[in-house]
Amino acid sequence: MSTYFTKDHEWLKVEGDVVTVGITEFAQSQLGDVVFVELPENGKTVDQDDEVAVVESVKAASEVYAPLDGEIVEGNELLVDEPAKVNEDPEGAAWFFKMKLGNAAQLEALMSEADYKAFVETL
Amino acid sequence: MTMSHKGRPTRAGEAGSPMPHQTFTGNKALDMEEPLIFEIGHMDNCGVDLDEPMDFVPHLGNHMRSEPVELPALSEPETMRHYVRMSRNNYAIDSGLYPLGSCTMKHNPRLNEKMARLPGFADIHPLQPISTVPGAFELISELADWLMELTGTNAVAMSPKAGAHGEQCGMMSIKHAIAAKGEERSIVLVPESAHGTNPATAALVGYKVVSIPAREDGTVAVEAVIEKIEAHAGQVAALMLTNPNTCGLFEPDVIEIANAIHEAGGYFYCDGANFNAIVGKAKPGDLGIDAMHINLHKTFSTPHGGGGPGSGPVVLSDRLAPYAPLPFIRKNGDELEIVETTDQLKDGEQPFGRMTAFFGQMGMYVRALSYMQSHGSDGLKQASEDAVLNANYVRVGLQDLMTLPFGVKPCMHEVLFDDSFLNDTGVSTLDFAKAMIDEGYHPMTMYFPLVVSGAMLIEPTESESRASLDLFVATMRDLVMSAKAGEKDRFEGAPFLAPRRRLDETAAARKPILKWVAPEPTKVEPELA
Repeated sequence: MSTYFTKDHEWLKVEGDVVTVGITEFAQSQLGDVVFVELPENGKTVDQDDEVAVVESVKAASEVYAPLDGEIVEGNELLVDEPAKVNEDPEGAAWFFKMKLGNAAQLEALMSEADYKAFVETL
Repeated sequence: MTMSHKGRPTRAGEAGSPMPHQTFTGNKALDMEEPLIFEIGHMDNCGVDLDEPMDFVPHLGNHMRSEPVELPALSEPETMRHYVRMSRNNYAIDSGLYPLGSCTMKHNPRLNEKMARLPGFADIHPLQPISTVPGAFELISELADWLMELTGTNAVAMSPKAGAHGEQCGMMSIKHAIAAKGEERSIVLVPESAHGTNPATAALVGYKVVSIPAREDGTVAVEAVIEKIEAHAGQVAALMLTNPNTCGLFEPDVIEIANAIHEAGGYFYCDGANFNAIVGKAKPGDLGIDAMHINLHKTFSTPHGGGGPGSGPVVLSDRLAPYAPLPFIRKNGDELEIVETTDQLKDGEQPFGRMTAFFGQMGMYVRALSYMQSHGSDGLKQASEDAVLNANYVRVGLQDLMTLPFGVKPCMHEVLFDDSFLNDTGVSTLDFAKAMIDEGYHPMTMYFPLVVSGAMLIEPTESESRASLDLFVATMRDLVMSAKAGEKDRFEGAPFLAPRRRLDETAAARKPILKWVAPEPTKVEPELA
């Protein structure tokens, strides 16, 4: 299993051809208390950078983008009832959706955990 | 309707005073808890007596009410006190400086109110025959002329009832103009610094929103627009730009941006929420806009929110004018013709439909025209100049202590600070804003626009005197120095002096209470009864 990060503060865990996507600890700390999450439809085919989910906090509403081309296979229903989980465990139980990897070559352009940490330092 | 003299007796009912007796001092020198209107009063104390209805045969069948309506019933003084007490808990432009950025909370002149209360305007009904209200239509037409003159356009749709409604009207006009050309386009470009309603409107009308990043100085670069247009060649229906933008900056590339979107076959929607900065100084039509809504409740001094409904007429370029919604007023020389139905249409007129049942917010039209005519063209220009001057006065008064995200340079009608001056103080933008409440000020717009960290957007408007601005600046300076001196207690948990302290916004959003539940009836002690 390998983990990647994006400049939009999302993380990806790749297991075989299934990718789990969520937002980072840094993203949740910037958003503040999350009050609403909208998940993508299962089976939806998406392109990289498409807006696929919405996360709304007391401060702002933000889009969650598809980090890669592929097909949405599952949304995390837990977040619909308990959006607070995004603040508690953003990089674990509060994953947003799983997608089927469409183009593995796109992974190469993403950041490693160390790269992402360095990127956040510059913000 | 005549008042009944023989109806229900207005005796003290069995409930007597339903409000629990609890002073010493629940009434806190009149800063008291005010129950909901449904929780006070009693049907026996109703202020109006109506005759019992005569025998009648209802035709409602199964739809007859089976339970009492449970309307509140109060006497006139009880009703008046209820609303006056609640109004004392409100902060309004009538009670103090209201620096809410991008909202243009300017004074609502009393002359406007006097004009709007003239019986010829105040007492007309939307369903009375058009032939009986020529003056009302003349007023709407006159206001339309002022709006077109100030914006440099030849058409305006008057009926939209708020800024976002106006945006929808403008974007629907664009959608129909594109369809009329036999084209299909799916994308609307919206800069990051746009008002939140812009992407929402585009999405509501059925477009996909593509965001344009702001450049280092907070404005939109024409190169960034062209890049997105090329990336979505032939698909861009429109660009929505707020100008001046929500960073309080005039977009220097606006004409090049307009040209770029026009060359790509798209339309240029301009958000007019910040029009107060440029009235009499620049005409949006000259900048190449195709549609722009005008918030009469911002720029033209009609009341906001609870004080009165909004009103959002949309000016349209010649390219969009044929698609303006019904109803509209057609000028035939000096004659005004009211066009209400499609059979009245002439060549080329292709309204996309209808947005409102009637002609819009008549009361706001009267107020806005009153504001325009009492100011005159020179006065409107001076109002804009003073609005910009006041924002810069606040900027200069605070820029050494607070932080300007795009460097020290003049702003338009509002000044944007970020939260880097609070770094390492442990005080957040939210804490700072709440502490302002304790100092007697409504907070500025916070955490918006999203392009800077912990934004604080201050728009004083032209309504404030220099003395008022000096007091505001001095208060803000004291708060900043207090935060920097480590006096966290002043901020954490603020406001301390407001009736409700700090609201739990998270709980309010996660577990909203949306339905009123009747409280347990108060028991009256026998010895008091």
